[in-house]
Amino acid sequence: MINNQFLVFVKKEFAHVLRDRKTLLVLFGLPVMQILIFGFALTNEVKNASIVVLDQAKDHQSQRLIGRIGASRYFDIEGAVDDEEAIEQNLRSGKVKMALVIPSGFSYDLAHRNKAGLRIIADASDPNTANTLSNYLSSIIMDEQAELNANVPVPYTIIPEMRMLYNPQLKGVHNFVPGVMALVLMLVCVMMTAISIVREKETGTMEILLVSPFKPLLVILSKAVPYLLLSLVNVGTILLLSVFVLDLPVNGSILLLLAESTMFIITCLSIGLFISVKAQSQQTAMLISLMGMMLPTILFSGFMFPIENMPKPLQAITNIVPSRWYYIIVKSIMIKGLGFQAIWKETAILAGMAVFLTLVSLKNFKIRLE
Amino acid sequence: MMEAIVLDHITKTYGKEKIPAVNDVSLTVKSGELFGLIGPDGAGKTSIFRMLTTLLLPDKGSASVNGHDIVRDYRQIRNTVGYMPGKFSLYQDLSVEENLKFFATVFGTTVEKNYDLIREIYVQIEPFRKRRAGKLSGGMKQKLALCCALIHQPEVLFLDEPTTGVDPVSRKEFWEMLQRIKKKNITIMVSTPYMDEASQCDRIALIQHGNILSVETPSAVIRAYPQQLYAIRSEDIYKLMKSLRSNPLVDSCHSFGEYLHITLSEQGMRAEAALLAGLAAEGHGNVVLKEIIPGIEDCFIRLLKN
Repeated sequence: MINNQFLVFVKKEFAHVLRDRKTLLVLFGLPVMQILIFGFALTNEVKNASIVVLDQAKDHQSQRLIGRIGASRYFDIEGAVDDEEAIEQNLRSGKVKMALVIPSGFSYDLAHRNKAGLRIIADASDPNTANTLSNYLSSIIMDEQAELNANVPVPYTIIPEMRMLYNPQLKGVHNFVPGVMALVLMLVCVMMTAISIVREKETGTMEILLVSPFKPLLVILSKAVPYLLLSLVNVGTILLLSVFVLDLPVNGSILLLLAESTMFIITCLSIGLFISVKAQSQQTAMLISLMGMMLPTILFSGFMFPIENMPKPLQAITNIVPSRWYYIIVKSIMIKGLGFQAIWKETAILAGMAVFLTLVSLKNFKIRLE
Repeated sequence: MMEAIVLDHITKTYGKEKIPAVNDVSLTVKSGELFGLIGPDGAGKTSIFRMLTTLLLPDKGSASVNGHDIVRDYRQIRNTVGYMPGKFSLYQDLSVEENLKFFATVFGTTVEKNYDLIREIYVQIEPFRKRRAGKLSGGMKQKLALCCALIHQPEVLFLDEPTTGVDPVSRKEFWEMLQRIKKKNITIMVSTPYMDEASQCDRIALIQHGNILSVETPSAVIRAYPQQLYAIRSEDIYKLMKSLRSNPLVDSCHSFGEYLHITLSEQGMRAEAALLAGLAAEGHGNVVLKEIIPGIEDCFIRLLKN
């Protein structure tokens, strides 16, 4: 009898989702749209950016560095300039996005003091491009530094004079696919489950369900199953898009990635359940889901803004954002190709959150109307 | 068991101000009875229903349904009663058939097993069984909701304003259905704001501002009306009402369609004649006065005044 009840509940939930065209559109349109927008917006804007160089050192090391920058497909060296004024003129023209200043005695400093400074000036009228470009430039400088250090006993340090974002892979797509996965799953799972339970309260069907032999656990689980399956379809879509459209392969085990995604989805579902138990109207549920889940995911998962750069109190907050841990997991599996032993801690944190929230939701599930 | 529903000094308040919605209500519904809660909107009918269906907890007092306490034994009550809330509360995006099947399964039964109970009602909506519940007319929605509340063969059926917003023909049909269900030995508690439906019930409780005014059979309520009631009209009913309300001979005067229902402070032919003479002197034309038997509504209005 219990099995029967569960099945009929699940079937009903599927009917709710599949018969609502708007929900379906959000459910399956959103991930595709986000992947494509993020993918093409990011990859297009960083290729072949113009850069000018003011080489005051004009020595062996500075030439090597300039050569390396010119060889990268992200930068075109527009030319060398002679003074700072020329840099400003160039940047003001809008064609040149960035300037690199290598101070005189660059090689000398490196050789004798083991560290040397650099100055990067970016056209920050478009902060996103400036950020991305300074990312790439600093990565190239890091590469150069690493190569230099391969042959010397005391490591050299090149210090670019600019606050920089950390992007070890030097590829834009990498960072955002895990981020979008976290964002989409978070949105779909949290919001959809939260709304679906609150809708029963709002339309009055919960009133009838309460006056029946149903078990709260049964309703909660049956609400979760359809969204779990639909979200897995979404994960599949995102992965297919990233492999075939964005040329980003999955380096690690796909099975592991799917399993971890399932874990994250379950965590999100439990958040959705928790919201739905507390919220009284669909609007409230939606607002809490958006403000409470989407913003923290964008701000605190490390996807847009690196956690290392945040002040300590904010870094502490990121610990309770589930997408932060999922972001690490996906990056580790997809990009670094790591196995479970590298991410078991993050997995355990997600599992802990899911168990905690489900228990709290069950405990708070109202068996009466008040 | 003789008593299906017992309320014992039940009080329910809402909000911080503790405004009572149900005030010290006690009543008993016998097994197999069709019991009506009659009262205007906001009288506390829905609160009583929600307490009896274990959806709300009373502030004071106790109540039981089929011997199960509404607080302690809420699970047993939920297993054995059928409940139809005032607002249409089925799944609008599921079809007629799917809704019925869903609720049958939730209660651990099947449509086939209890089809006999709902057949007479279900045949009327069966032609639309593939239609989504949200697209049904008001009367058909009520029939479907009744089917869903009946499908598990409940011992007690709670119907909260089932005929509100339903056309007169469907209302009449609905009450005929209730009479048939009653014959299957199901206790029914039904609420309605329509006084004309009260005569369909075995017994009725008149309720106002959370207080029970009387619990009687409809005929006893009418018999308890202490005075002779008259219906009166003239060519200008508004003017007539104004002068009647200021007339010392008239005890009460209420508008009822094309007539005014009045009682007189003194009984007998002499009082009638005095009234008519007075009205003629005031220039009212075509005055018609006749003795009538009071309806439930007259009784209710009189009870409210006291």
